[in-house]
Amino acid sequence: MATQKPLTIALSKGRILKETLPLLEAAGIHMLEDPEKSRKLIFDTNRPDVKIIIIRATDVPPYVQYGAADLGVAGKDVLMEHGGAGIYEPLDLHIARCKLMVAAPKDAAPIHGRIRVATKFVDITRRYYASKGQQADVIKLYGAMELAPIVGLADRIVDVVDTGNTLRANGLEPTELIAHISSRLVVNQASMKTRHQEIQQIIDLLADAVAAKVQGESA
Amino acid sequence: MNRDERWLLPEGVDEILPSKARAVEQLRRRLLDLYASWGYELVFPPLIEFLESLLNGAGQDLERETYKVTDRLTGRLMGVRADITPQVARMDAHSLRQEGPVRLCYCSTALRTRPAVPGGTRAPYQVGVELFGHDGVDSDVEVISLMLATLDAADIKAPTLDLGHVGIYRALVAAAGLTETQEYALTDIYMRKARTELTDFVAGLDIGEAEAAALQALPWLTGTDAIEKAEPLLASVSEDALQALAQTKAVIERVQALHPNLHVHVDLGELRGYRYHTGCIFAVYSNGLSEAVAKGGRYNRIGEVFGRARPATGFSADLKILVNGLEVPQVLSVFAPADSDESLDAVVAQLRAQGQRVVRALSGCTSSPSELGCNQQLVLENGRWVLAPLSS
Repeated sequence: MATQKPLTIALSKGRILKETLPLLEAAGIHMLEDPEKSRKLIFDTNRPDVKIIIIRATDVPPYVQYGAADLGVAGKDVLMEHGGAGIYEPLDLHIARCKLMVAAPKDAAPIHGRIRVATKFVDITRRYYASKGQQADVIKLYGAMELAPIVGLADRIVDVVDTGNTLRANGLEPTELIAHISSRLVVNQASMKTRHQEIQQIIDLLADAVAAKVQGESA
Repeated sequence: MNRDERWLLPEGVDEILPSKARAVEQLRRRLLDLYASWGYELVFPPLIEFLESLLNGAGQDLERETYKVTDRLTGRLMGVRADITPQVARMDAHSLRQEGPVRLCYCSTALRTRPAVPGGTRAPYQVGVELFGHDGVDSDVEVISLMLATLDAADIKAPTLDLGHVGIYRALVAAAGLTETQEYALTDIYMRKARTELTDFVAGLDIGEAEAAALQALPWLTGTDAIEKAEPLLASVSEDALQALAQTKAVIERVQALHPNLHVHVDLGELRGYRYHTGCIFAVYSNGLSEAVAKGGRYNRIGEVFGRARPATGFSADLKILVNGLEVPQVLSVFAPADSDESLDAVVAQLRAQGQRVVRALSGCTSSPSELGCNQQLVLENGRWVLAPLSS
């Protein structure tokens, strides 16, 4: 069945974009201009049937869920927080890897009873403490999480940890691992069904590129 | 609340204004006529009933989606229907109690606490059919064909039929001997087709190699060669799974023969409505829409809780979404002056009886005929009221 609408891939600026572009390149798709140097939001690629949109990382799951983008790249953290309803996650791109962790002030005493946790991952945090059987009051913050325990706003924080340097600089230490995070290729369910061949082809090419890269890294 | 916001409707609740309402009503009549021509009887399930009967067999998801009120007469909880299928199943099992096939259709509004998809409606105008009393390829094909005829009547272009069979997955889960908790977690992974999570999860199960291979592969058995690829994978694992696959194959072949130009997408890992579906499930997607325009499937066990298990299959769609593919026909009227004249009254009555829309002027009202949606008017010529084009 012929479809005229171009396939749209949603990416977010920063680490994900930087690490996704080489994979797309290997899959035969490259952008015609540098998105980091442009204020545009929709970009052409070498393939007339493929467009790339640049949006905020947390907006990738809803864009793909609503079908505003057919494909996208989103961190597992963002997907877990979104819930992932209506989205397929057919491929781990093994990029932008980090850990989602609980962090506490260094040498903090364990807390029994209610605990106050500051995070931008409200749903993940609520589910995590529920699975541990602990009551938690979750405080939604948008940044500078590390400050919350210092100023007494929260007992713990939940955040993504890469090197852990920011934590240590603020007298915190990672204590519990919630999940290993890496970026996933995500696909709109309706697109996957109605444009299966086109999309499966891109998935397969990306899977090859990821496999080659992972092999290169471990060699 | 701000005074200016008092007129706003709740989120996900909409009203239908005249031009769209006309299209919705036309389509409703067309569809009910279509279903009648296939032998489906119209029923009107109640807006509200006791929660126990409403939720029976439909699972937890429906309970969270149902608005509840306390019945002041009995003290029992009542629910406003969030889905009409379980009501029709109850009517078949208890109110009708017939042996043999029963074909029912309906068109009513349901009410959900949350939209099925974000930004969607909470009050779908649900139209659909249910076919009870037959288990097999014939009834699956009949319901799918009627669903396709529905989309055709709604002028939905280039539909993709998505087809799966939850029995395959269910048989694999049984063959692998998974616990309920494991099944729940695995079902969630399947719904998201999350490859990494699936690999990790299956690797952590203490099951045979063939079972693991089949569970690992099923979500990716999609597209034209899915059935072919599935056969060897399932053969050594589960006889039930093979049987379900054979059924799926037969349904696809029959549907494809009836609709040679239809784009069919097989997805053997699709588990929509897994908790109440038991066999073939199907949905229709149309380009550009991120949710299915119509969906349904087999649910043989829902009647069990009503004390009468009956094989059943059916589909439903939201008329308010279906209608978006239709052009709204413009309807023009005849303008009749306000004159008090018996012969004018007679002509107006005659035109209306012929199906012509006639708008009578109201004395003292200065709206022009064209503002009232008229393109003709009644004028007095030689003592007789006759139709004339509207002079602009």
